[in-house]
Amino acid sequence: MKGNVIKYARDNIDTDVIIPGTYLKIHDYAELATHAMEGLDPDFHSKVKEGDFILSGKNFGCGSSREHAPIALSHSGIKAVLALSFARIFYRNSVDGAFLLPIEIKQDTYDGISDSDEIEIDVSKNEIKNITKNQTYKMKPFSEIIGKIIAAGGLFKYKPDQD
Amino acid sequence: MNIVEKILARGAAKSSVAPDDVVFAKVDKVMMHDVSGPGVIKVFDKLKKQGISVDKLWDPAKVWVAEDHFVPSAEKVSAENIVKLSKFTKQYGIEKHFKYGMGQYGICHTISHEEAMVMPGDVYVGGDSHTNTTGALGAFACGLGHTDIAYVLLYGEIWFKVPETCYFKLNGKLPEHVMAKDLILKIVGDIGNDGGTYQTMQFGGSGIDEMSVESRLTLCNMTTEAGAKNGIVEPDQKVVDYLTQRGATNFNLIKGDEDAEYSKVFEYESSEMEPTIAKPFSPENTCVVREAPSVELDKSYIGSCTGAKYEDLEAAARILKGRKVKIRTEILPAAISIYQRAMENGLLKIFLDAGVTVGPPTCGACCGAHMGVLAKDEICISTTNRNFPGRMGHVESQTYLASPLVAAASAVTGKITDPRDL
Repeated sequence: MKGNVIKYARDNIDTDVIIPGTYLKIHDYAELATHAMEGLDPDFHSKVKEGDFILSGKNFGCGSSREHAPIALSHSGIKAVLALSFARIFYRNSVDGAFLLPIEIKQDTYDGISDSDEIEIDVSKNEIKNITKNQTYKMKPFSEIIGKIIAAGGLFKYKPDQD
Repeated sequence: MNIVEKILARGAAKSSVAPDDVVFAKVDKVMMHDVSGPGVIKVFDKLKKQGISVDKLWDPAKVWVAEDHFVPSAEKVSAENIVKLSKFTKQYGIEKHFKYGMGQYGICHTISHEEAMVMPGDVYVGGDSHTNTTGALGAFACGLGHTDIAYVLLYGEIWFKVPETCYFKLNGKLPEHVMAKDLILKIVGDIGNDGGTYQTMQFGGSGIDEMSVESRLTLCNMTTEAGAKNGIVEPDQKVVDYLTQRGATNFNLIKGDEDAEYSKVFEYESSEMEPTIAKPFSPENTCVVREAPSVELDKSYIGSCTGAKYEDLEAAARILKGRKVKIRTEILPAAISIYQRAMENGLLKIFLDAGVTVGPPTCGACCGAHMGVLAKDEICISTTNRNFPGRMGHVESQTYLASPLVAAASAVTGKITDPRDL
């Protein structure tokens, strides 16, 4: 996966800013995407490109269980969110619904990658390459179950009995 | 094993489990509402296209449905979602659908205890992050998204990583002017809004023995604000009595072993607790009310699963009796059963005499959905659970989270007020 980074240099990006509560009644994925990040960055929809990544600090996706949050980001073109840590429901919604990859990074990765940098993520090697700056970082590996669900393409395609 | 490990072990049909084990646990109850329900219906539509059978649910008797976020419908999209939900419950034979305008209905987490929908020892999942609330009855109660709820509806089980458990030992009785809301705000302020991530927050000690079931529900409700997977209290006679009054029978009281292990233990002296608020824009941004900034409030909101149970309305009524509100004040009982008791016991008259508007049960403005959302620069004191930017309306509005006593006292003065200083 290769793409450009949209960096939000802050912690606790919550689901109310990822997709404000007034849009929870909407279940059309394309329409939800037009409101993604509206509570924090009203320009997000106009600047995001297919294949982009979001980079942020601690506790990304905290707050509500709304699956609208990973849906809105995914249908905006976001393939992965890289963050120092994630809130648990956002994390499992992203994986179980196969919307995007929630990638836990370390402080050096967070510090090393700037807004607009082009990066390449290789999950098989747990590696993130910063093409713009010619640096390479290690991502935290997925746990066994998360790795298997991602590889299967979401919870409904994962067959626990075949383990 | 502690209580959560025991419940998950039972659900997974294993003799024991330990933190970090991944299990597929059988689910005893599952809930969805008018936001997660249509989300689940969308997942069903996708599954159909992929050739996965969605012809029948694993067990419609274990599923229950609430209408709460967008009722009464403010516009046609919400109205259509309610129609969609009704068609779904009819098609799949779900009988426990609490409909707006047809007797008992209310906020899903409130219905969970008012109607004894969840029992001690249950593995209970809901399509809402504040599903944690119901852990106060001694259940493993955990919020999930649409895909996971769809999976549970079809197969009756779901994966969990067994969480580590933080134990909060509460000593003694809270002072009269302090509520469980103050205590949980203090705890969230202390551990931070990721302080409980991936973990269970369990509450115990003499402070819990002293506490009503409704107060315990408030504690567990806001474990979500610390990022916890679930909140839980071991069930006791108070829980049994509470649920028996609501028609429940056949209890399976699971409790932790004497030598149960906890990842961390925190201790709080109830007598030292003070009325507490969370300032904008995070539930962890707490201070005691007497050190609150001097701001001119525009509104007081007493509502939501966190702050509009019967006990919360009683607390507000103690303050509002014989007084007038100085700012716009809304009280929305969290379920019709609570509304009715408030009427029978004279609370509604106290509220109306004070100048308050009493509204129907709804999540409404708590999540910025409708029914009294905030304008730009408006400042609200609220008994709800979150105050992120834009949570209750405009992204430049502000919400202070408080107990019903503090929200009512502040309604009377127009400033953030400690009930002792009224």
